[in-house]
Amino acid sequence: MIMSRTLLVVFGMLFCTAAQAEVDKHARNLAASCSACHGTDGNSEGGMPVLAGLDKALFVNQMKDFKSGARPATVMHQHAKGYTDEEYELLADFFSAQKRH
Amino acid sequence: MSFSRRDFLKASAAGIVIGAFPGLAFASSELIKKKGQRVVVVGGGFGGATAAKYIRKWSNNKIEVVLIERNPMFISCPMSNTVLGGGRTIDDLTMSYDELKKKYGIKLVKGEVTAIDPEKQTVMLANGHLKYDRLIVSPGVDFMYDKVEGLNESVANISITHAWKAGAQTVLLRKQLEAMPDGGVFAISIPKGPYRCPPGPYERACQVAHYFKQNKPKSKVLILDANPDIVSKKGLFMAAWNELYPGMVEYRPNALVSKVDVASKTAKTEFDDVKADVLNVLPPMKAGAVADMAGLANVDGRWCGVDFLTYESKVHKGIHVIGDAVSAALPKSGHMATSQAKVCAAAVIELMQGKQPDQNPTIANTCYSMVSGNEAVHVANVYRFNVEKQAMVAAEGGGVSAKRSELEGAFAGYWLKNILNDVLL
Repeated sequence: MIMSRTLLVVFGMLFCTAAQAEVDKHARNLAASCSACHGTDGNSEGGMPVLAGLDKALFVNQMKDFKSGARPATVMHQHAKGYTDEEYELLADFFSAQKRH
Repeated sequence: MSFSRRDFLKASAAGIVIGAFPGLAFASSELIKKKGQRVVVVGGGFGGATAAKYIRKWSNNKIEVVLIERNPMFISCPMSNTVLGGGRTIDDLTMSYDELKKKYGIKLVKGEVTAIDPEKQTVMLANGHLKYDRLIVSPGVDFMYDKVEGLNESVANISITHAWKAGAQTVLLRKQLEAMPDGGVFAISIPKGPYRCPPGPYERACQVAHYFKQNKPKSKVLILDANPDIVSKKGLFMAAWNELYPGMVEYRPNALVSKVDVASKTAKTEFDDVKADVLNVLPPMKAGAVADMAGLANVDGRWCGVDFLTYESKVHKGIHVIGDAVSAALPKSGHMATSQAKVCAAAVIELMQGKQPDQNPTIANTCYSMVSGNEAVHVANVYRFNVEKQAMVAAEGGGVSAKRSELEGAFAGYWLKNILNDVLL
């Protein structure tokens, strides 16, 4: 019993790692479309805000404020409406993990 | 099997069997010996250069990438209308491919593809061939000159330009505007959609008007649109024409130009003949010629049908098509080409590693148009994969600028800087 429980935990960990990697790739792919304005991996070369290394909660809140109109914008209110709350989280995970240049 | 390899070589040397293998000359040399897994990318525009870079980046340089491009330098088509307005020079829009080689180890082959053999997974060039595991074709657009009587490539290069690929024709068109007398007419003819860069022709009208306003205020801009209405950002362009260039810009819908007279610079529509001092005709467009080499243009004989999870061609497995050449309800823009390129790059890596590609591709497009020297307008949308339709569909919330502004004009410049860095650096 103890043995199988240990195995379960090990399998569980393996599964989580694999699932996590998949989630990261989808987040990476989602974020890739942002780089036209915000630079590769969120490292903007000027003008648009740098997203690389941005605090997760701040990123998510900004997106929500763009969507609601609480933060006025020229473009971002439109993009924010195109993504779901879950996608905000994925994007926040990805960008917060990127190194600022 | 009595025909041995030695016999074959003899016969081949005697020139007997060459004709039996069109497109695959045995005499041709392998330009770069294929060792490991390799992707060949044809076309180094926004789509192709991005796909090349991101396959290297996302595969941790495990997959070899060979990028075939015929031009020595990258010239951005986005923002090239500002060369006509005077805000930029063509040099401002010109970038080198060197960093793709140095930083990402992409092997750059300068040349033109002459044939593609999907069975043997081989691309032919004039001086040799390249083998691939997967091929990405990013051919942009080519022009259907035969749809406009009197027009051809040589005429476009020296007289009635399209200037719809940034470069020599863009510079020529600017010179033609400079040489034009005040009080003259600039006429632009827009083909029926789909064509590259939907708002581009209307932006061009703004940029030419901007130049006239400063230098030749008695001149006119005449827009002959084959479409029944302004295709993109209608209200914003009309406001710009009426408020910034009153009395200068005339828009004519349903004006399909089917014939030109080169000597008199006259465009013929169904209704009348329009004589201009500077005539700019955008011929109807289709996928770039490379697509035809493997019969990839399966939609109306013009555009390439693809699977939107991988951008793999509907015609040939192992060949992917991205950018303007793709048949889709997506705008043919630079940003869209890079977004498609990244979905394709990610999928190609997964497929080559025996894994399943991302099943929920979601991409964005932001497209700025400069309506004066410093003001811009935009259209922005998110697009997501729709399983039932097997297509990319616009998500909620997309739209255009509330009004033109200098702030967006500045953002347009930053957009250009960031996207060029993302593609080439």
